[in-house]
Amino acid sequence: MRTALVDRPIDVTALANEVASASNGASVLFIGTVRNVNDGRAVTGMEYTAYRGMAERELAAIAREASEEFGGSDVVVEHRLGALELGDASVVIATAHPHRGAAYAASRYVIEQLKRRVPIWKREHYVDGTREWVDPTRQANHAEQAEVSK
Amino acid sequence: MQVTVLLFASYADTLGTSSIPLELSSGATAGDALDQVRSLAADALPSKPLLAVNERYARPEHVLAAGDEVAIIPPVAGG
Repeated sequence: MRTALVDRPIDVTALANEVASASNGASVLFIGTVRNVNDGRAVTGMEYTAYRGMAERELAAIAREASEEFGGSDVVVEHRLGALELGDASVVIATAHPHRGAAYAASRYVIEQLKRRVPIWKREHYVDGTREWVDPTRQANHAEQAEVSK
Repeated sequence: MQVTVLLFASYADTLGTSSIPLELSSGATAGDALDQVRSLAADALPSKPLLAVNERYARPEHVLAAGDEVAIIPPVAGG
């Protein structure tokens, strides 16, 4: 098990290799990337920042929980910080287990908990030159309101 | 006693700093530290932001010790 915040591009293949072993019949790779539209606005890039010490601690705790809860799955996670371009991987989660069910479940657990607990923030850069911190709680409200108004 | 309050992302931008040293009386809580920061910029922070003390999530009632690091955590947006 290994987790890290990194200031360089994430080597996806290296993470896959890190969890692969003769006893693991299933490896799952989750790759989160910077997409070109968020909340209806055209995005040109993204910058990530973190409360570094706490983010490292929370990320490690989440990987431990995932492994404990899902059959001792191998878990490796890297989250990138700094300036990212469209299509860049911001987070990569590699999980592996003798069987696929646990590997999938561990992967899902890590990304959902990461989004809920790890103190990382991102600021989007838009086509019109403006920048804004992303607030998922506000976006959820928007989505709900949009749903209601249909 | 002295503690340090850390601000991040939108909160740091709004308050124009990422770190504020505070002098608090003994027995003060994380919520007291938050109130002090709020008095510097009343509208900059939501009513009940997430708090952390020494890199762990904490409740407002958490009693502080000298040298503690109190973080006011904006809505997280990793991934």
